[in-house]
Amino acid sequence: MKRLKLFIPVILFITMAVFLYFGLGKDPTELESVTVGQKIPNFELKTLESNLTESVSADDLVGEPFLLNIWATWCPSCLIEHPFFLKLSQQNVKIVGVNYKDDSGAAIRWLEKYKNPYVVSVYDDTGRLGFDLGVTGAPETYLIDAEGFIVYRREGIVDEAIWQAHFSSYFEETRTQIMTADGEG
Amino acid sequence: MIPEYGHLALVFAFFLSLCLAVIPLVGTIYGRVIWIGTARSLAMGLFIFVAISYACLTWSFYVDDFSVAYVANHSNRLLPMYYKVCAVWGGHEGSLLLWVLILVGWTFAVSQLSRNMPIDMMARVLSVMGMISFGFLAFTLLTSNPFERILPDVPVDGSDLNPLLQDPGFVIHPPMLYMGYVGFSVVFAFAIAALIGGRIDAAWARWARPWTNTAWSFLTIGIALGSWWAYYELGWGGWWFWDPVENASFMPWLAGTALIHSLAMSEKRGVFNNWTLLLSIAAFSLSLLGTFLVRSGVLTSVHAFAVDPARGLFILIFLGIVVGGSLILYALRAPVLRNEAGFAPLSREAFLLANSFLFTISCCFVLLGTLFPLIADALNLGKFSVGEPYFNMFFPKFMAIVGLLLGVGIMLNWKKTNYTKIRRWQISAFLFSLWLASFIPGIIPGRYSVGAAVAIFIGSWVISASIIDVFRRSQNAKRVDVQLRKFGLSYYGMMIAHIGFGMTLLGASIDSIYSDQRDLRLTKGSYVEVSGYKFQLVDVSRLRGPNYWADRGSVIVSKNGKEVARLKPEKRSYMSGGNVMTEASIDAGFFRDLYVSLGNQINSTDWAVRVYYKPLVRWIWLGSALMALGGFIAIMDKRYRRVNVPQNETVKTALEEAAVEPEPNVAANNT
Repeated sequence: MKRLKLFIPVILFITMAVFLYFGLGKDPTELESVTVGQKIPNFELKTLESNLTESVSADDLVGEPFLLNIWATWCPSCLIEHPFFLKLSQQNVKIVGVNYKDDSGAAIRWLEKYKNPYVVSVYDDTGRLGFDLGVTGAPETYLIDAEGFIVYRREGIVDEAIWQAHFSSYFEETRTQIMTADGEG
Repeated sequence: MIPEYGHLALVFAFFLSLCLAVIPLVGTIYGRVIWIGTARSLAMGLFIFVAISYACLTWSFYVDDFSVAYVANHSNRLLPMYYKVCAVWGGHEGSLLLWVLILVGWTFAVSQLSRNMPIDMMARVLSVMGMISFGFLAFTLLTSNPFERILPDVPVDGSDLNPLLQDPGFVIHPPMLYMGYVGFSVVFAFAIAALIGGRIDAAWARWARPWTNTAWSFLTIGIALGSWWAYYELGWGGWWFWDPVENASFMPWLAGTALIHSLAMSEKRGVFNNWTLLLSIAAFSLSLLGTFLVRSGVLTSVHAFAVDPARGLFILIFLGIVVGGSLILYALRAPVLRNEAGFAPLSREAFLLANSFLFTISCCFVLLGTLFPLIADALNLGKFSVGEPYFNMFFPKFMAIVGLLLGVGIMLNWKKTNYTKIRRWQISAFLFSLWLASFIPGIIPGRYSVGAAVAIFIGSWVISASIIDVFRRSQNAKRVDVQLRKFGLSYYGMMIAHIGFGMTLLGASIDSIYSDQRDLRLTKGSYVEVSGYKFQLVDVSRLRGPNYWADRGSVIVSKNGKEVARLKPEKRSYMSGGNVMTEASIDAGFFRDLYVSLGNQINSTDWAVRVYYKPLVRWIWLGSALMALGGFIAIMDKRYRRVNVPQNETVKTALEEAAVEPEPNVAANNT
């Protein structure tokens, strides 16, 4: 009986070797797709705001720095970061929502109930854009610069501290402009 | 012609390794002394021919022989000479040749330095190492020949060494890492030889220990260098990413750490021999697994070599034969002890065993996290990447428990300990650590961090317990200096390594908790404040290096109006290949690093800049250096240098072991 126990390592090893064998020849880089430093992938998707009647493309959005926020109604953390995005949108930070693998009806109701911080939310029900971006889950937030390059990627929620550390310097210009405009008015 | 000579030498080495794998081992089975006696000469011949081959490849780099495909792909006329010599291990084929060179180097070293071993044991050990060499030489010759020519269209110039690798850290990182990786092949060979010969006793452990310590120390240095290199070269400010390739080197280290401690038990008390054997096999198997993961392209990583499934399949088959074979041998031949008792819960054995288990479990968790993407893919669960959160969730906790146990275990005696005798020493270490942990997080600006308090407590607990133990042991000595000389070098080695471990724990945890990072857009002349330091971007200028152009930022760091440092981060763009690299600029200090890396130019006046404040980050590498130093000091201990093991020694250990009743065939065969 004790002798049999000594075979446990062999069995574990064989199991592992089988997995390693199936791993050969598969391309793990499929996961990578677009990462930081590359241009935002092109897309053309229906918007939630228009009740899926109008589309928007990547080219329509590029031109000034903006945030691309992956969200969904099935994602509890998205609700946690939501108030912060509302605050940002009041400071005229451009935030584009990507409604990821979700139900459009539920998503539209969600935006009505919790208010909408997004200039536009595109409906990515198949997760195609998410795949191109290399999204691993929601929420995720991408910082896109004025030329359309992905500058920074954040997995998980964005709060004040994270905003200050990684995002804010790209938006200071916008904000000071708003502030002076407010001062004049 | 030189490359052809190199190729030929490699073919000779291949046949010699076959001879080494077969002849001495068969000799031990049929008792032919002459066959057994060939082991040493074969090991030497093998080493010489691989060295010749390696020298030929280095020569091709030295003279810019771009007709050799490998040279053309990894070198360039503009490349400085010292990088040309190091570029030999800049790619898959050459680094594999370095692997083999180090392997046969270890084989040669064993054949020369272990003259006190019985000749049949030596023959088996060298044969096993010959088998491993045979596999790797076959791999090199069949799938990864570094001497392949590009004829007749010889390129005019090479495509340059990967700029990431053009750095002093790279010059020594891979050789150190391989020294460690491959060094575990020695203890592996010892384990296999012991299983074949049926002899596992204290003498066996004593032969294996210095080799294991040496390999482990090299691996420690190799990993630390890799981490340090990533820290300043990749420009991300991180020093550990739980990247599959990092894990590949870390798993053998974890298993090796468990092994070192388990070997101590096997040598001193003759217990847990099976566990020691299994760990010996595991440490080297994980090294092989690491080689497979890095060179087969099954996992993504920043370090990956060119992907070739044929190579992956070859290593996998090799891995299956070596690891599967040795584990089956283990299952069939390992002694089944009827009784492992003989020590109390409060004894050094119990605590060593617990820590050895914790390291093993950590290793299993790392293995699972590393392989999970593969497993999920094979089971069609989708594509996953297992990131830092997974590893950070369990690893610090395990290491915290290890630290706590270490502080107690170090003061315990073998077999059993009367706790009242060590209580006052324990309490002084405990109170001292508690005192440090209570006030230090308070004087650091910002919120009081409980995590930091725990980390400081555990780190200083490990360090103070190690130091206090020296006093404890010399308490009854009349003259302390005499007593201090009486402790063997292995005791000092252990103490230094444990202090290093404590420092690494402190550095890693404090840096993780308190480091401050900002990604910014800075206009020339403007500044930013991070953790009380003011970083001002003065200017960015353009300059030319030997084989690149660079934008060099000039950043003045000041604190309370006083200038602390001038940092010059660079963004280099290499002429051949057009690779862009960031060279971070660091103001290093014992208690903190200030770190600036230059990002992209946003417009004519603005730059993206990344600024870090990293407290105690140096302690990570300083601690690793102490761990390695401790390992090296321990092997100098004179008991390993005893030239002749008295013939009755093994009988004595066998008698000692009779108390734990091993299976009769274990010790009896050889005495």
